[in-house]
Amino acid sequence: MEQVDKETSAREELTLSLGPQHPATHGVLKLVLELEGETVAKCTPHVGYLHRGVEKLGENRTYLSALPLTDRLDYVASMSYNVGYVVAVERLLGVEPPERAKFIRTMVSEMARISSHLLWLATHALDIGAMTVFLYAFREREWINDLFEMLCGARLTVSYPRIGGVRNDVSQEFLDSLWKFTEEFPGRLLEYETLIDQNRIWLKRTIGIGVVSAEDAANLGLTGPMIRGSGVPYDLRKFAPYDAYDQVEFDVPTGTNGDTYDRYRVRMEEFRQSNGIVRQCIEKLPPGPVMAPDAPKFTLPPKEKVMEDMEALIHHFVLVTKGPITAPEGETYSAIEAPKGELGFFFISDGSGTPYRMRIRTPSYVHALALPYLTEGSFVADVIAVIGTADLVLGEVDR
Amino acid sequence: MEPLQIADKIKEKFPEAVVSASEYRGQAAVVLKKESILGVAGWLHDEPDMSMDLLKDLCGVDYFGKKEPRFEVVYHLYSIKHRHMIRLKAQVPEDDPKIQSVMPVWKGADWHERECFDMFGIEFEGHPDLRRVLLPEDWEGHPLRKDYPLEGPGPDKEWPAYKEVLDKAKRFKEFEWNR
Amino acid sequence: MTGFLETMFSPGSADMILTIGTIVVKIAILIGIVLLHVAYAPYFERKVIGHMQVRMGPMRVGPHGLLQPIADGLKLFFKEDIIPAQADKSIFYISPVICLFTAMSTLAVIPIFGGFVIANINIGILFVLAMSSLGAYGIVMSGWSSNSKYAFLGGLRSSAQVISYEIAMGLSLVGVIIMSGSLNLTDIVAAQEAYPLKSFIIPQIIGFFVFCVAAMAETNRTPFDLPEAESELVAGYFTEYSGMRFALFFLAEYIGMLLMCAIAAICFLGGWNGPFEVPYIPFFWLLVKVYAFMFIYYWVRATVPRYRYDQLMSLGWKLMIPLALFNVVLTGTIKMLR
Repeated sequence: MEQVDKETSAREELTLSLGPQHPATHGVLKLVLELEGETVAKCTPHVGYLHRGVEKLGENRTYLSALPLTDRLDYVASMSYNVGYVVAVERLLGVEPPERAKFIRTMVSEMARISSHLLWLATHALDIGAMTVFLYAFREREWINDLFEMLCGARLTVSYPRIGGVRNDVSQEFLDSLWKFTEEFPGRLLEYETLIDQNRIWLKRTIGIGVVSAEDAANLGLTGPMIRGSGVPYDLRKFAPYDAYDQVEFDVPTGTNGDTYDRYRVRMEEFRQSNGIVRQCIEKLPPGPVMAPDAPKFTLPPKEKVMEDMEALIHHFVLVTKGPITAPEGETYSAIEAPKGELGFFFISDGSGTPYRMRIRTPSYVHALALPYLTEGSFVADVIAVIGTADLVLGEVDR
Repeated sequence: MEPLQIADKIKEKFPEAVVSASEYRGQAAVVLKKESILGVAGWLHDEPDMSMDLLKDLCGVDYFGKKEPRFEVVYHLYSIKHRHMIRLKAQVPEDDPKIQSVMPVWKGADWHERECFDMFGIEFEGHPDLRRVLLPEDWEGHPLRKDYPLEGPGPDKEWPAYKEVLDKAKRFKEFEWNR
Repeated sequence: MTGFLETMFSPGSADMILTIGTIVVKIAILIGIVLLHVAYAPYFERKVIGHMQVRMGPMRVGPHGLLQPIADGLKLFFKEDIIPAQADKSIFYISPVICLFTAMSTLAVIPIFGGFVIANINIGILFVLAMSSLGAYGIVMSGWSSNSKYAFLGGLRSSAQVISYEIAMGLSLVGVIIMSGSLNLTDIVAAQEAYPLKSFIIPQIIGFFVFCVAAMAETNRTPFDLPEAESELVAGYFTEYSGMRFALFFLAEYIGMLLMCAIAAICFLGGWNGPFEVPYIPFFWLLVKVYAFMFIYYWVRATVPRYRYDQLMSLGWKLMIPLALFNVVLTGTIKMLR
């Protein structure tokens, strides 16, 4: 009798290696799933396929030249990551950017948020099977990329902000095109929502999937829309305003149940809020310089000045070759609200032109570690939905 | 609560654990002895005045040749309720690179601790699954240590799997069209 | 001609040979038409979905991409046929053939217009259902023999799905059978002429709805494309297939779709009967109905997301089958009372 029991109870688990090459993992994420039928018994994420050692690279570059590294963290919203980096360095060095630069940065990081959320919506919908939303969302993302190109010449890896301001002023033409975008974008949002918002299948696939309670979300370290979907209004734009976020009005949308549908709703609402912030920034954009004029030891002087002024030439030479060598000793942790969540930079400065330690706290890294908590006990199809809702970008997971 | 006030409270509560406290640009840092980290972390998480429910970040720092003890593990704690932050720094000596895991307090410390182990070789006692996370399992050395060679371990000490790939590429050359 | 045959063979068998000859010619015509259709159905699909998704669809090969199907076919034909080392070879070889064979043989009982049917058998509907169930074997065997986990899961899902929706589909057709009193597809079309719109669409609206849903599930189309859900199972049961073998699956899938559209047009929409006669093209109305139906397939694919496995099952067993049974009871009661 006992033997029979043993034989029947010895179920064979199917180990499915989802990724690193798989259509739904958005990059090189590998999930080892142990399946009982279609149910996930255990989920083990493996990351690191894209590890480039950005932290080590940052420790061996000057504060100025490490900026392009941050483009490559989250390559779908590189503008936000640039802004996060320069805000952190400015805090460490004690540089105050001019008002106009603050507004421009706020504007472009909200554009990056829209762009990043569009990519999230596109891939999330495609994973669940709604193919048309993918192409609709990409239509608008293309538009934003065109705007970025108009602004700074690059579409994806922008490297537009600078320590102490931004690289160049915005043109009136750019502002007009952006205004036109903000006028049309809410209508486009309605198009997406018509397709999926009330769709029965969409609701069935997202409501009650990947549920995380408010306490668990905080305990796991989830940030951004992942924690706001659970009803915690944790948004660094409100909690610790940087740039011009204390001068614009917006709401922080939150969910109630903490499931995939709530996170979807939160992000859809964030589209509208971001759109509103961009409009306010255009309206309130103050005149003035776009680089901090009173910090010559930390910010690059304008090119014309370098050609004429001896002092500016020396500053330029030292900054480019050795970095800001008069940086104060100290350590700061500075975080911004990136589209995916809290992006933190922890710097330890030893008074040289390079950071002694540069630590990047990326939101997707924490969200990736939460995948087992969100997926175990659900179906394979839900794993795909949860990967979509976590909005992972492997560039920033692996750094 | 003001950052320094939190530091003072920690000092009050754990007088023998705190080595020093400092403030820079409105952020307070408390340097702790490594034995007390789990106690302090648990207290900060549970004390209603503190309620540090969010572990923002956990990372290691290597003060090679600058300071003794060599390593520090840095914790950034935040309270969503009270909106205050504190930085804890636990000192870890080079000859005994071990510290207690804060996994019992914050589940989110999981991968941060694994990364710290991966990059600095600091072992976290009580961590349920302490493996390398970003680097391959059979990687040698801990790259974020300051004495790790910047240009890699050198041609004769390559990562074995990379050598394998190179060998394979050489072998498969014979199947190429224009060999 | 007949005289020549009489000299060659004994008297009496001439008629048989003539019949066989006619059938062979008919088969050749039908296969020619179907293959041409199957070549252009994906093109039609890509164009339709493309325009729904604010893009153009194929545009490069030929004017408006009209030669795209031919280019695709050539590419598939000349591609290397990769067989996984761990695959169960004989089953791996045979399963796409099973899929295609079952789909093709079903074509035999489909009447294109009055009188043009290869095999006018009395159990037409039964044959169609039997063959489409048999097609599931091809899918299960391909999933199993590939020795790949994704293909295996795809095969499992597909078998479960086909079995559950087969029932709903069969039951939805029972109403039609009750009303026409025959399993022969030509007779069913003839029986519809007495009804409004020359079709069963109004009296059998519930059956038609169940049939449409079941047909989508049966042919693994969105929103029921779980066996080949690309975001979950890469390509499902044919993940490991390449080149010509993949093309066979592809052919079978599109022939299956065409068949389901044809069955729907014949059993519910009145077959080749239309509001008026179109001279010289007797199959005109059937073609229109089939294409309209196909358009709906494509439309649905461009619109809705995908069901989850358990939701698909509960939809099949808890909604579609009871609905179909209710339809059977209703139709039977009305038939009895008349």
